[in-house]
Amino acid sequence: MLEMFIFETTQLLEQLEQEIISSEKSSCLVPSSINEIFRIMHTIKGSSAMMLFNNISTLAHSIEDLFYFIRENHPREIDFCKLSDVVLEGIDFIKKEVSKIESGKEADGSSFVLIAKIKEYLSQLKNIDGSPKASEQEQKEESTQKPNEQRFYISSQKKESPSNRNFFRATVFFEEDCGMENIRAFSIVHEMKEFADYIVYTPSDLMDNEESVETIRENGFCVTFNAAGTFEDMKDFFMRTFFIKDLQLEEIQDEEKIKNLKRKKEIILEGQNYTNTYTQNESEKNAEQDSHTAVSKQNMISVNVPKLDKLMDLVGELVISEAMVTQNPELQGLQLNGFYKAARQLKKITDELQDIVMSIRMVPLYMTFQKMNRIIRDMSKKLNKEVKLEIIGEETEVDKNIIEHISDPLMHLIRNSIDHGIESSQERIQKGKPEIGHITLEAKNAGGEVLIFVKDDGRGLDRNKILNKARDNGLLNKPENELTDREIFSFIFLPGFSTKESVTEFSGRGVGMDVATKNIEAVGGSIVIDSKPEQGTIVTIKIPLTLAIIDGMTIKAGASRFTIPTNTIKESFRVSRENVIVDADNNEIIMVRGECYPVLRLHQIYNLGAKTTCLNEGIIVMIENDSRRACIFADELIGEQQVVVKALPNYLKKVSGISGCTLLGDGGISLIMDGSDLLG
Amino acid sequence: MSELIEKDMEQEEDTQKDKYLTFLLEKDYYGIEIKYVTEIIGIQTITGVPGQAEYVKGIINLRGRIIPVVDVRLLFKKEEVAYNDRTCIVVVDIREVSIGLIVDSVSEVISIPENDVVPPPQLNKGFQNKYVKGIGKVGNDVKLVLDCERILDNDELESISSVI
Repeated sequence: MLEMFIFETTQLLEQLEQEIISSEKSSCLVPSSINEIFRIMHTIKGSSAMMLFNNISTLAHSIEDLFYFIRENHPREIDFCKLSDVVLEGIDFIKKEVSKIESGKEADGSSFVLIAKIKEYLSQLKNIDGSPKASEQEQKEESTQKPNEQRFYISSQKKESPSNRNFFRATVFFEEDCGMENIRAFSIVHEMKEFADYIVYTPSDLMDNEESVETIRENGFCVTFNAAGTFEDMKDFFMRTFFIKDLQLEEIQDEEKIKNLKRKKEIILEGQNYTNTYTQNESEKNAEQDSHTAVSKQNMISVNVPKLDKLMDLVGELVISEAMVTQNPELQGLQLNGFYKAARQLKKITDELQDIVMSIRMVPLYMTFQKMNRIIRDMSKKLNKEVKLEIIGEETEVDKNIIEHISDPLMHLIRNSIDHGIESSQERIQKGKPEIGHITLEAKNAGGEVLIFVKDDGRGLDRNKILNKARDNGLLNKPENELTDREIFSFIFLPGFSTKESVTEFSGRGVGMDVATKNIEAVGGSIVIDSKPEQGTIVTIKIPLTLAIIDGMTIKAGASRFTIPTNTIKESFRVSRENVIVDADNNEIIMVRGECYPVLRLHQIYNLGAKTTCLNEGIIVMIENDSRRACIFADELIGEQQVVVKALPNYLKKVSGISGCTLLGDGGISLIMDGSDLLG
Repeated sequence: MSELIEKDMEQEEDTQKDKYLTFLLEKDYYGIEIKYVTEIIGIQTITGVPGQAEYVKGIINLRGRIIPVVDVRLLFKKEEVAYNDRTCIVVVDIREVSIGLIVDSVSEVISIPENDVVPPPQLNKGFQNKYVKGIGKVGNDVKLVLDCERILDNDELESISSVI
């Protein structure tokens, strides 16, 4: 029960965070967002009250109140920055409490201060909303429609209406049965924006309310606006509309009414991040795109991970059993056409089943990348640096395990980028760089791996500073001039290594990169840094795509079988005596097309019983890793196949060169070789 | 009323307590607490893994799971013998780690009440004593009760000492 609560609350909080941050970015709060936030807070309030976590419940309740007010009363000016801050603080508090609960401690945080803050903010909103509300009432009495909410359009110029601009009010009646009156009305408004501003129209919820069609049919579409031009011009414009039956157009001379309209606009104009209906429609589209996750959420089911693991194991076994049946030695040589046809069909289905089950565990990186938004927002505020985050390839999918291990390293990398990399705005302007710093998060599939890039256009890594620090700490194991840039940069991964003199809230302890490296290596990945001074830094993370299936070539050496991943194999061949050279250290080298490669005798490395010791009786497989090559000497090639990778049990000691094992078609086990270890 | 319930609960716990699976190794009978034993299988092909201690024979495929197997004879520094059709692998699950123990043959499951298990004498047999948790008296026979947790831990000690 508690587990469900934690899981559900964590998910809801993540969603909520996304909603509020994207609302802040687009500087508008669309109804669907408000409803979503309200719904989430309501759910959290209920479930935490049931679990007797009252501090969370009361906090959720006060945020719920806040959004209830926003939903019902639509206050005109909302300082989105402040609103987001308030909500995000609430989220942080609940997150902390939930993690306390998760680790079995008491959720004893006090939410009083936060609740007081929220209540204060709410009353602020209520006050501000007081005066426009009064005049809105007036306006409503004037209009003959149902009490629809009015929206105002303000053109970007925001100029005071010059004397040749007049206020007009037009009421448009469409022909009977022309259909889609609301869309026609909307297109009128849309066209009007070219030359008019201060547009007010009723019914105003044209696009989302079906009843507006009825309203227009009964009472006509009423629009008040300010435009330059004569009465005739306006009339012409309206009469161009298709299916218009009747038009009532009047110029508003009444000062009072004009003043009314204007006053409302002024109050609105003062609000900082206010939006207009035009962008509201755009942001509604954005909100719709964002809420695609909300929609797709309903098509999703949460599945217990052990169940998935079991399913995967079973499917793996199914593949093996299928192979055992169809490739049974007892069937050799028999003419069984019908059987083979059926067997092929079986194989097809089993393969497809396997593919789909493999893909179940794959999750897009989307959520992880979006989380970074929050970090960037918080940090750029605190450090007073303007940073823009660009995300590319967030739909790239990786295995679920990997997602959990990637989030922390990414966070550390981005914090480093902002803290160390991106310079302050003035510095950037001085250097001739764009004022806003850019961080790019990119993910893509490349061969059997997923590549994740974290790029920034900051000041880059200081090669000499790192070198000096490394020298001071006695970390140099090679003569300095032999160290490549990459090797120097990789010093920063060492625990405790930092070129910062003082420790700040965000960095300096030398811990972040170590955490990142450990996490990434835990999933079998690697991390490298490239940097150009003053231009920026790129951190590349490589992670094997699926831990689970690879294409491999199975070879035999002694009584053991090994599988070499096909993507590391360059070629395989038989070698003749002449091409084998023995060097001074008694290492064997083979000449191939003018190049020399070392020979690795598996029997010797792994102490297996050697069957074929003569080089020209066995087979040579040339493998490549990171542009280094070697020749593996094996007894024979068994065959190429797709294999399910299984990790070696933890009980066993780690062996250099073996990265896992796999089950072969006959139920036996083959060890998977890891080229990078063997090549040193 | 609550006493009855408590008694019931105690009885439920008892089903696995004090029960030991006994197996034969050379001439001695050893016992493992049944709660650790998941299954017993006949000897099957073992794939060797290089670079392991000599008593770690390799890995086997158990219905899709890869399980490491340890030859208990070698673990107790006894002489290795060829496997025959009586040789079994006892799969134990210790703290979520599964290991297979290769034994000469498996005997039976017997109950040894707590009082009949005495701590082992501090003989100078040294190495083997580490694994023996106690001595169980069954009728006229003596069974050596093994400490499974030590089998797991031992590996770490080995690897540390080998590094030094």
